[in-house]
Amino acid sequence: MSVQNLNTFDPFADEGDPLGDSQDVGSQADYIHIRIQQRNGRKTLTTLQGLPKQYDAKKILKAFKKEFACNGTLVDDEKMGQVIQLQGDQRSKISTFLTENGIEKAAIKVHGF
Amino acid sequence: MASEEPLFDPSLKKRKKKQVAFTEDPLGADADPTAPAPDTIDSTTINGDAVDLGPKTAHELMKSTGDEGAENKKEDEDFKAMFGDMKKKKKKKEIPMDLGDDSGTSTPTVAPSEGGAPAITSDDLDFSDIKKKKKSSKKKAAFDLDAFEKELNQSKTKSNADDDDDEGEPNPNLDHLDDADLGDDPFAQGDAPVGVEAGNEAWLKSDRDYTYSELLTRFYASLHAANPSLLSSSSQKRYTIAPPSIHREGNKKSIFANVTDICKKMHRQPEHVIQFLFSEMGTTGSVDGAGRLVIKGRFQQKQVENVLRRYIVEYVTCKTCKSPDTLLTKENRIFFMACESCGSRRSVNAIKSGFQAQVGKRSKNKTG
Repeated sequence: MSVQNLNTFDPFADEGDPLGDSQDVGSQADYIHIRIQQRNGRKTLTTLQGLPKQYDAKKILKAFKKEFACNGTLVDDEKMGQVIQLQGDQRSKISTFLTENGIEKAAIKVHGF
Repeated sequence: MASEEPLFDPSLKKRKKKQVAFTEDPLGADADPTAPAPDTIDSTTINGDAVDLGPKTAHELMKSTGDEGAENKKEDEDFKAMFGDMKKKKKKKEIPMDLGDDSGTSTPTVAPSEGGAPAITSDDLDFSDIKKKKKSSKKKAAFDLDAFEKELNQSKTKSNADDDDDEGEPNPNLDHLDDADLGDDPFAQGDAPVGVEAGNEAWLKSDRDYTYSELLTRFYASLHAANPSLLSSSSQKRYTIAPPSIHREGNKKSIFANVTDICKKMHRQPEHVIQFLFSEMGTTGSVDGAGRLVIKGRFQQKQVENVLRRYIVEYVTCKTCKSPDTLLTKENRIFFMACESCGSRRSVNAIKSGFQAQVGKRSKNKTG
């Protein structure tokens, strides 16, 4: 006889082992990172990494380029996935653009100086 | 007040007597059949006597405010009546924290004897008194009932003045100083604020409703009087770090001269800090022979300071209590930050450098 109520039930069974996925331990997996990189002279590069999959990076890049009046490119990195790369320091502009278009501010991390 | 001062001195002596009995009390209190919950509270505070002072003085002050307005003579009787009441209650019930019962019994016993004072306020005051009295009487049971009554008898001759030091404290500064001498001596830091703040509140004398801020400052004053350790942590001076000194070396490199000093100040490994700096600023660099950090790229002091600020927020200050007194340890590839002051422990993000764009000539880059 089996009583259903007495069966042990693991509420987190379908979650998987939270620590098993070692690469994600203490990681910033679900953040959108905006970074800056110095080039020669006063020139800089801004990179946008970790854009959620549901957004079309190409279209966003196009919008960025138009909005910020800068050039940019889409880089495929084997580790980081698709990365948007823009010329110049566009960090604050990107951040405001994303928040205005419905991305939570908490999900965006602006790095750099 | 001036006329009472000579009368005050004997009272001070008495206070000392009281205090002695009082410090010895906790054992007696434990022996007494009282509610278990308050006892634990008492025991948790190490300087239990100091803690007791707060409510006691509060009660006394309240008492003085409540009854001085009405009649001082009656106060004795009041007290006796209340104490008698307390005794009975103690014997009857083993749970003195019964608030509902307290209110029920206390109001009838006190209200009739206290004809003069305005009804609502006096009731309120007395009510709180009794509650407080209960608390204190638990701790200093023997002292309260015996010594107090003795003192009351003695003081009857001196009536007003003595009365005041027994219950009310018309000149709390003096009393507080005395208290400090007796009880709080080992914790010297807390004394000065007590004497100043807890004593000088003019509104204690008035009949009006106390405002929130007044009560709040009063609470903090007595809290800090009781636990000077809290005071030291709360009034801690700001966490300051020398600004990073950045010079330019040549055209394309910056030198961060006082990395090691800053790391020492933050109690962090320079490697960790440097790793963070590099990943945040998206550059590379090295440490030279003199312990200075050579950063590739042009950076101003303000920029480095910004990054350092972020480092401190992320990896130095405790998220719970904001204290910079933390330790960073690595366990199983995960960094944990343990707070020294509040004991909280949390894991912190590993430093990960993100995407690094290709900068400069591709021919210089092996991978490219």
